[in-house]
Amino acid sequence: MLYREAGDFKTSYASDNQTFPIRFDRAAYWVAIAAAFLVVPMVLGDYWANSIVIPFLIYVIAALGLNILIGYTGLLSLGTAAFMAVGAYATFKLTTAFPGMPIYIVFLLSGLVTSAVGVLFGLPSLKIKGFYLAVATLAAQFFLIWLFTRVEWFYNYSPTGQISMPERSMFGVIITGASASSTAVYFTCLIFTVAMAWLARNLTRGTMGRTWMAIRDMDIAAEIIGVNPLIAKLSSFAVSSFFVGVAGALTFGVYLGAAEAGEAFSINKSFLVLFMVIIGGLGSILGSFLGAAFLVVLPVLLKLMLVDGFGWPADLARHLEVMIIGALIIVVLIVEPHGMAALWRTIKEKLRLWPFPH
Amino acid sequence: MSDTVLFALEAGLNGLTVGIMYSLVALGFVLIFKASGIFNFAQGVMALFAALTLVGFQTGQVPFSHLINAIFGAHVSDFGFTMPAFLAIILTVVVMVLLALLIERLVLKHLVNQEPIILFMATIGLAYFLEGLGDIMWGAEVKRLDVGIPQGMSSWVDETTYNLFGYGFYIDTLSLWALLIAAVLVTGLVVFSQYTKQGRALRAVADDHQAALSVGISLRFIWVLTWSIAGIVALVAGIMWGSKSGVQFSLSLIALKALPVLILGGFTSIPGAIVGGLLIGVGEKLFDFFMQPVIGGATENWFAYMLALVFLLFRPQGLFGERIIERV
Repeated sequence: MLYREAGDFKTSYASDNQTFPIRFDRAAYWVAIAAAFLVVPMVLGDYWANSIVIPFLIYVIAALGLNILIGYTGLLSLGTAAFMAVGAYATFKLTTAFPGMPIYIVFLLSGLVTSAVGVLFGLPSLKIKGFYLAVATLAAQFFLIWLFTRVEWFYNYSPTGQISMPERSMFGVIITGASASSTAVYFTCLIFTVAMAWLARNLTRGTMGRTWMAIRDMDIAAEIIGVNPLIAKLSSFAVSSFFVGVAGALTFGVYLGAAEAGEAFSINKSFLVLFMVIIGGLGSILGSFLGAAFLVVLPVLLKLMLVDGFGWPADLARHLEVMIIGALIIVVLIVEPHGMAALWRTIKEKLRLWPFPH
Repeated sequence: MSDTVLFALEAGLNGLTVGIMYSLVALGFVLIFKASGIFNFAQGVMALFAALTLVGFQTGQVPFSHLINAIFGAHVSDFGFTMPAFLAIILTVVVMVLLALLIERLVLKHLVNQEPIILFMATIGLAYFLEGLGDIMWGAEVKRLDVGIPQGMSSWVDETTYNLFGYGFYIDTLSLWALLIAAVLVTGLVVFSQYTKQGRALRAVADDHQAALSVGISLRFIWVLTWSIAGIVALVAGIMWGSKSGVQFSLSLIALKALPVLILGGFTSIPGAIVGGLLIGVGEKLFDFFMQPVIGGATENWFAYMLALVFLLFRPQGLFGERIIERV
């Protein structure tokens, strides 16, 4: 009887339009936020932080960005990792060029730089779509990575070709560099993830999101009813790249600490984020969380079970993981094309009616 | 002739032979796209899988040996016999046909009437699945593939060009064979689609699904047929690439290059796939040759995609493709 709308009276337009119309959902949301900020940091060990929680938070941001592009605007991109690399290299150049700049500002600026690059590579989307566009974004993937590994200016002429993050602190707490504590890193990622998810949720249900969805559902019809495809598509690329860029900046800045474009941001990462979006649910904010959680946890779980539990060789477990992910993608597309988020939606409907079947 | 022109010519010729490989992969894409409207991302991995299976049969490996060893603690690795190349190729063809059948049964059947983009993503999933399956079945290490195609520098080309220009070109014999095999393959496909009943049915389906259904052509059979043919084309591509540089994962990455080839040649044109592949192959080698002093090497990684990007902006249907018409 907990999951009910009855008795929850809405007396203003604002409360009528809120994100969580059901009281139970609102409570769950605040409990989750409180737990994330207060409880998790207490119990989080270094291993779990580095292998699951921090990658999860970062991938959520990337998945949100890609979901805006694919799920909300219907533009397929296979160049996510390259845009993450743009964010990472922008962070590196900005922190080394302006040592005094607050690190949070650096991350946001990196997002904006990525945004500009994203718009540039989004220009072909005005003429083409579908897998044609996928090829155009592949151009971004290979060209940008080549640029970052070949042009020495991008990695400050370091002999190894790697970029590594200098130590920076904020409010007296060391956030980046080798001596940053995992709690500080966790909080940085958490703050960004919550803020970005809030931003994504509110962008997608406002005018901007509606124009994106109109373009997705049928671009010619949308154009006829007065949606400007130029603005809609490019804004989608800009916002999406901003998210992905921030994710890349965080990956390099606080999570990895050092990176090499060809390895850390290879095309496999692009596919990984794409799979998160598909499995989680196209066109769903919650789906980005679920998809990221699933694909971050799955390899760790498989490794724990097969390698540590049964003593299998690690490469075998990895191949099995690739196989399982591939099969899952197909199964999800066949059984539930809208992903795990749609499953949750069905469960919610059932919960509302429970204990009655209809 | 000056040295630069000669070197450029040699680079271009070598590009031509790389281009043949791209064409072979692109050919598989076009076949499936024409018959079912599906953009098969897994084509490259199919080539890898076919090559792995072929090597596995040839050397008498036990499939899934690593898995069996891990689960049962056994130490099986191979059957202890080797198979002649001819027999192994036939067996691999059988495997590819079975694979096509399974793909139709388990994947395509359930995704009929979905949007092309959903199908495209399903084939990305298929690519991952096959990649994992291939590695688990046959092991992930780089393997040598030798089916008896002669390899090494072609002395004939070397001598002829030396007599002509005073400079011997270095061309791999394997590349000449690839050229020949590709020509035979394309001729065979053209003959098949023009003169046999099944080939005509295939073209009918490519033209109009519903009209083909209404005259009694089984769509599902045609799909299995096209995926089988694409599997065989993948096997040929896999043999070529595998003999050249060993059977390894990079094969499926190289197959990504088939995408720009398709953009260039057009998604629906078999000659387009061939010409597009050759153009990309020659283009990237020449670009690398001339631009290396200016912007550094390894431009092959992205040149094809950038060329495709430029093409997309001005001629999205490619050189030979049908005009794209959009209706509301």
